Parts: sequence; C-alpha cells; structure tokens
Amino acid sequence: MKKIQILGTGCPKCKKLAENAEAAAKDLGIEYSLEKITEINEIMKFGVMVTPALAIDGQVKSVGKVVSSDKIKKMFV
Amino acid sequence: MCAEKSDVCSGGPTLIFACSGAADVGEIADQAARKLTKDSVGKMFCLAGIGGRVSSIMKTTEATSKILAIDGCELDCVKNCLQQAGFDNFEHFRVTDLHMEKGKTPVHYDSIVKVATKAIETLSY
Repeated sequence: MKKIQILGTGCPKCKKLAENAEAAAKDLGIEYSLEKITEINEIMKFGVMVTPALAIDGQVKSVGKVVSSDKIKKMFV
Repeated sequence: MCAEKSDVCSGGPTLIFACSGAADVGEIADQAARKLTKDSVGKMFCLAGIGGRVSSIMKTTEATSKILAIDGCELDCVKNCLQQAGFDNFEHFRVTDLHMEKGKTPVHYDSIVKVATKAIETLSY
C-alpha cells in the first residue's frame, strides 16, 4: 500500500496534482491511500515551503509544481 | 535554478540562508535572517538541509522564486554550500562587507538591524 500525500491549501492546482497522482497509481494498479495535508504547519514539517507538493510514503517527490501523471508513475518506482 | 511561479499555488517566498557559524559575525547573520523572517521580508531556511542534500529542502529551494545568502565572513560558507548543491542564481553579501570585523563585533541589536537593512537593499535590486 503506497501512501500518497498532497501538500497544499486545497486550491485547484493541489486538486489537479491529487488527480494526477491517483491516475498514476490506478494506471500502475498500485494500492494506495490518499491524504490531503492542508494545514501550513503540517506542510512545513515536511521541509516544504512552496506548494503544491507531493510525497509518497513520506518522501517528498515534488515541490511547487503540478507534476503530470506520467512523471508521477516514475516516482512510484 | 529557481522555479517559474506559474505552477506554484502558494509559497514561493524569498528563501534566506544565513551563516550560523561560531564567530560573532555568524551569529549576527543568523539573527538578521531570523529578524527578516519575523518582518516577513522572506523565510529563513535550513542551510544544513542544503549541505545534507535533504530532498524536501532541496526541492523547496529549487521551487522558490528568490534566494538570499548572508555570509558572516570571507570564507563564504553559505555561498559555497549553495553553489556546490547546484544553486547559482542568488543574491549574496557578507556581514564583514558592512565594516564588522570577525571576532571584534559584539552581537548587538544595532548590528543585526544593519545586516537586515542591507538584506532588504540587496533584495530590492
């Protein structure tokens, strides 16, 4: 089970990043859980100060951009 | 290495990296960076995270709009640290540029303000 975390305040770009991450996981047939972290102090605990950001299994994979589904697939490997 | 802001939904602040070295000028640089954060000029960020190549710190620094490096002295540890991590687009100055001599400058509020003022001037160019 992969743990996907979307770090951001909930704006359209954060939502798009979440959609892309879910699409990537589904395409790869990966079991996953999705958590949206919107509280700024919680986001900063990841060492992230620019959003949207994506973490997989607690590791920050991207910061400050909406990464495409294809790129996220490579992050699962 | 700073990001285009178009993809950023929040954040993208000026990140401030300061010397926090053992000498008085290091302490002044550190305190000035903290003051600049409190005054909302930018956000002090962890230079040790750059040195340690901590993934989230590196990625946040890549994604930010502007970087300011405040070194204490001519050893330029902050500048070197950033450059060796691949960051070459940042503003930079030294506390010793402001006629504060390493080892002979007491850490007073006036000195901290002087460095913070220089930081604001540097960022405004």
